Amino acid sequence: MNIKDIFNNMDYGKAPESPDTALDWLAQHNNKFGHFIGGEWVKGPSRKGGHFDSNNPATGKALAKVAQADKKTVDKAVQAAAEAQSKWQATSGHERAQYLYAIARLLQKNARLFAVLETLDNGKPIRESRDIDVPLAVRHFYHHAGWAQLLDTEMPDHQAIGVVGQVIPWNFPLLMLAWKIAPAIATGNTVVIKPAEFTSLTALLFAEICQQAGLPKGVVNVVTGDGKTGQLIVEHPGIKKIAFTGSTAVGRWIRQATAGSGKKLSLELGGKSAFIVCNDADLDAAVEGVVDAIWFNQGQVCCAGSRLLVQEAVADRFHKKLIARMHKLRIGDPLDKSIDMGAIIDPRQQQKIATLVQAGVDAGACLNQSDAKLPKNGCFYPPTLLTDVSPSDQVVQDEIFGPVLVSMTFRTPDEAVALANNSRYGLAASIWSENINMAMHLAPLVQAGVVWINCTNQFDAAAGFGGVKESGFGREGGKEGLYEYLQDKTANSKKMTTKAKTKAKLTPVEGMDKTPKMYIGGKQTRPDGGYTYPVHDHRGDIITHVGLGNRKDIRNAVEAAASSKAWSQMNAYQRQQVMYFMAENLSYRAAEFSARLQAFGHSKKQAELEVESSIQRINYYAAWCDKYDGQVHGVPMRGVAMAMHEPIGVIGIQCPDDAPLLSFISLLAPAMAMGNRVVMTASETYPLPALDFYQVLNTSDVPAGTVNIISGEQAELVKPLAGHMNVDAVWHFGDLAETVEHESATNLKRTWTETTVRDWMKQGQGQNFLRQATQVKNIWTPYGE
Amino acid sequence: MTIKRNPGMALNLDWIESIQLNKSAIERRAATLGTRRSVKKQNQVAWLLKAITLIDLTTLAGDDTEQRVKRLCAKGKHPLRHDLIDALGIADMHITTGAICVYHDMLATAAKELAGTGIHLAAVSTGFPAGLSPLHLKVQEIKESVKAGADEIDIVITRKHVFAENWQALYDEVKAYREACGEAHMKTILATGEISTLRNVAKASMVCMMAGADFIKTSTGKESVNATLPVSLTMIRQIREYHERTGYQIGYKPAGGISKAKEALVYLSMMKEELGNDWLQPDLFRFGASSLLGDIERQLEHQVSGHYSAAHRHAMG
Repeated sequence: MNIKDIFNNMDYGKAPESPDTALDWLAQHNNKFGHFIGGEWVKGPSRKGGHFDSNNPATGKALAKVAQADKKTVDKAVQAAAEAQSKWQATSGHERAQYLYAIARLLQKNARLFAVLETLDNGKPIRESRDIDVPLAVRHFYHHAGWAQLLDTEMPDHQAIGVVGQVIPWNFPLLMLAWKIAPAIATGNTVVIKPAEFTSLTALLFAEICQQAGLPKGVVNVVTGDGKTGQLIVEHPGIKKIAFTGSTAVGRWIRQATAGSGKKLSLELGGKSAFIVCNDADLDAAVEGVVDAIWFNQGQVCCAGSRLLVQEAVADRFHKKLIARMHKLRIGDPLDKSIDMGAIIDPRQQQKIATLVQAGVDAGACLNQSDAKLPKNGCFYPPTLLTDVSPSDQVVQDEIFGPVLVSMTFRTPDEAVALANNSRYGLAASIWSENINMAMHLAPLVQAGVVWINCTNQFDAAAGFGGVKESGFGREGGKEGLYEYLQDKTANSKKMTTKAKTKAKLTPVEGMDKTPKMYIGGKQTRPDGGYTYPVHDHRGDIITHVGLGNRKDIRNAVEAAASSKAWSQMNAYQRQQVMYFMAENLSYRAAEFSARLQAFGHSKKQAELEVESSIQRINYYAAWCDKYDGQVHGVPMRGVAMAMHEPIGVIGIQCPDDAPLLSFISLLAPAMAMGNRVVMTASETYPLPALDFYQVLNTSDVPAGTVNIISGEQAELVKPLAGHMNVDAVWHFGDLAETVEHESATNLKRTWTETTVRDWMKQGQGQNFLRQATQVKNIWTPYGE
Repeated sequence: MTIKRNPGMALNLDWIESIQLNKSAIERRAATLGTRRSVKKQNQVAWLLKAITLIDLTTLAGDDTEQRVKRLCAKGKHPLRHDLIDALGIADMHITTGAICVYHDMLATAAKELAGTGIHLAAVSTGFPAGLSPLHLKVQEIKESVKAGADEIDIVITRKHVFAENWQALYDEVKAYREACGEAHMKTILATGEISTLRNVAKASMVCMMAGADFIKTSTGKESVNATLPVSLTMIRQIREYHERTGYQIGYKPAGGISKAKEALVYLSMMKEELGNDWLQPDLFRFGASSLLGDIERQLEHQVSGHYSAAHRHAMG
C-alpha cells in the first residue's frame, strides 16, 4: 500500500515490537534451560522426556526446551530452600528490603526484555505485558520491600513459616510469580516456585535477576515441570506452606492432598465474576469496562468479568454499543503494538472454549462474535458475546477462561444481587452506576473478594486480591496478604489428645437431674436419632445424658444458621449490646456454671476463675464489635480502595475438651462479634457448659439461629459439618484436622484447625481470632467529577 | 463523502437529563488511547499528511495584521517543503490545511488569498472569546463575517447558561446563531476549560447539536485549559449518541493545546476507534492549532531523511 492508499483508508498498518533481544537471551542459553536451585543452574536430565518445549502460542513454534523436575530435583530444591531459610529469616528487615528493592530495580531495568519474552511465551498483547504485567510485578517488589523493612515493628508477634511451595498459572506468568515471591521472601520465608509448564521462561529470566541482585543462595528456587512436579511440591513434607493460583479443580485436589499435613494453604482459584450495569451507568464507560474485563488477556483471567448483568431498561442499548465495540477489537500478532487480543495459550484451551461456546449455542444462546480476520497460524479465538442465556446454562455457570462473555438482564437491585451470587464462585465483581447509593448498596451484598465500582481489573500491591466461596481463600497484596506468609510466634507444639470416654452407669446428681438438649434455630431440640450418651464427672460417675447428635442434627443446625440473617444484618453497635447482655446474663448464672465445672474436677477457685474469664472474654469481643475496622489502602488511583472486614457467614466450630466453658466462649464470641452465625459442636467429654449456655443465649436477645449447639461424638459430626456446602468455614480444635481439611474441599470452605494444646486463659483471645472470623473485601471506588 | 447537514431539532430535555458520565472511567480510556494503537513508518506518513488536511491554521491575536494573515494563508496553501513533497511522491495529493481561522477584521485579506484553493475560511465570532456582547450584535457579527467571505463561523456559547443549567437559553442562543450563519457551517465553542465538569461539557455538547451545530469545538484557545483527551472523549461520545439517535453526523474540533505530531496521531486513532473513519475527514474533524503543523513537518522530514529535523528548516506560517 502506498501513502495515498493509506491516506484514503487510514489503516493502522503494522507496528511490531522486535523479538530480537528476547530471542538472543534464549539463544544465550542455547534455547534450553535447567532448574535454578541453591543459586545455581541445575541441568535437566538428558534422558528422553527430561525436557519439553515451551511454545509461542501465536505461531505454534517452539521457543526453548524446559526441564521436567522429578522427585530428586524437587527434593534438592526444598533442601536448598530449607538450608537458606533460618539465615534468611534472621537477616534484618532492612537488609531483606534491600534485596527486594534491588530485584524491583533490576526488573525495571529489564522491563522491555521481560515484556517481550512474556508475550512470546504466553501470546498476550505486548501492550498488556509492557503496560500492565511488568509494571505491576515491579510494584509488588517495591511494596513488599517496604513490608520487609516494617515487619519487625508492625507485626512483632509474627514470624516466617519456613519453606514455601508456590505453583502458579500460565495467564500472568511473571505477575503471579511476583505476587507469590515478593510477600514470601519479604517475611523471611524461602521459596520453591514452579511456573506453569506453558510459560516458564520469564520465571527463568527472573532467576537470573535474583542472581544479579545477589540474593542469598536458596532463598528463591525455580523448578520447572508439569502438574507432576506441582504434585511433588504440594506433597513434599519439607514444605510448610503452599500457595497456589490456578483452577478450582486443582485447588480442590491440593486441599485434599495437604489435609492433616499442617501445611498452611492459600488458594486463588477460578471465577465467574459478575459485571453489573445499572440503568444509571455511564454506558460508554461500562462498555470500555467490559473490554478490560473479558477481552483483556484473551479472557484468560481468573477475575474476568465474564457474567454481564444489565438492567432491563438499558439492556438493548448496552448490547448494541457493546457489539459495535467488539467489532473494533484488533486480533492478531501479540507483538504488534496495535493489537487488542493475542493468542490463546494452547490449542487444547482453544478447543475447550469452542466446545463450551457451541454448547451454549446448542442450548439456545444467541452468538455475537467479532468478524475480525484471525491469523491463519497460531492459536486464536474471536471476542464473543452470548446473549439469551439463563442461569441454568452451562456457559453461565462454568468458567470458560476465554474471551467469552455471557449476558443476562435484571429488573431490580435485589435481583442483580441474587443473580450475581448465584454461583459457586466469588472472586470479583464490577458494579457500574452513577448513583453512589446504588453502587455502595450493591458492593457489600455481592459475594466476592474484590469489588470494582465503575472500574474493573484494577490491581495493586497495596490492596489484597483473592476470593470467597469456590474461588479460594487467602489474599495477595496488602497487609491482609502478608498473614498468608506468617505464623504466630507463640504457636504451641504440644499435641492435643482426646480423652477416652468412661463408661459407667447413670448416677443422678443432686440438683442436676435435667437432660440438657441441643439448641437449633433458637429452640431446644432432641437428637434426631433419639440416642443419648452419658456424661461423667471427674470421679467417673454419670452426671447426666446428653443428645448424641448425628448428620441430620448438623443438617438442621446449618439450615437454621444459614437462613437466619438477623444477626448478620444487625449493626456492630447492636451486636455489641446483645453481647454485653450475654456477659451480664452469664454472670447471673456464675454459680451454676461454676458448679458444672467443679463436677468435671475443677477446684472451686479454678471453676470461678474460668467463669469469670468467660464473662470477661465476652466483654472483650463485645468491645471489639465496633472496633475491628477495615483499612483504606493507598492504591495509586484518585479514589479509595476500602478493605472491609466482612463476616465469613456460617462457621462450624468444634470445641476442645480443655477449659470447656472458656474455650467454647473464646471461639463463639469472636465469631459472633464479627457477625457470623455458628454451629458449635460441644466438647465431647464435657458438653454441659456449652449446652447450659443456651439458657444465656435465650435470655440475651440473640436472634434464633445465630448460635446452634450440637452435642455428640466429634468424629461422627465432623464429616457432615466440614463437608456441608452451606458452611463457609470450619474451626476445629481437636485431633480430626485431616478429616476437616479433606471434607472442606467440597466447597473449599476456610478451615482453622488446631491440633496443639492451647492455654485458653493466656492464649484465648486476640486479633488472630477476629481475622479468622472475617474476610477482607476490597472495594475499589474511583471518584472525581 | 457528502455529509448531510444537521438541521437541528427541538430541544429534548429528556436526552440531556439522561446523560451519565464517569470521569475516572473516561480518564482511564483516555490514558490508554495512545498505548493501544501505534502508527509507524509509511502509515505514520499518511496519517500525518491527513492531519495537515484537518488543521484550522489559526491566528487570533490582538496584534494580527494583513501581512501576518497573508503569511498564514501562504503556509496553509503550501504547508510542506517542496523537496519533502517530492521525496514522499505526493505532489498530486495537493495537501493543504483544512482552513484558515482568523478574526472578522482579517477576513477580506484571507478571502482574497484563499480564493480558488478550496481551503475553508473560518471566522471566530459572537464576541469571541468571552461571548458577552449584546445578543443582537453577536448575531449581526456572524452575518457580517459570512458576507465578508467566511464559510465557517466559530461561535462561543454563553457559559452562564451552562452553570444555570438553563438549556433552553443555550439552545435559543445557538439556534439564533445557526440561523444567522445561513450556508456557512457553524462550530460551537463550549469553552470546556471554563464550564469545568465533563457532565457540563456533555450536556452543552448535546444542546448545541440539537440547536443545529455543524461542529462542536472545545475551546477558544484563550482558556487556561484547552483541548484534552478526556474532554474530547466526552464530546465525541455525545456526537456518537446524536448520530445514533438522529442519523446526523456532527463534526468535532479540539482546539488549543495540541502541538505535537504524536498527539495528533492519538486524536486520529481516538476518532477512528470511537466514531469511525468518516470522522477522519475535514468535513467532520479539525484541529484548531497554530504550532502543530511545524511539528508534523519535522516528523515528516525525519521519516524521509532518517534524521531528526529542526524548526528553522521549515517555513513559518
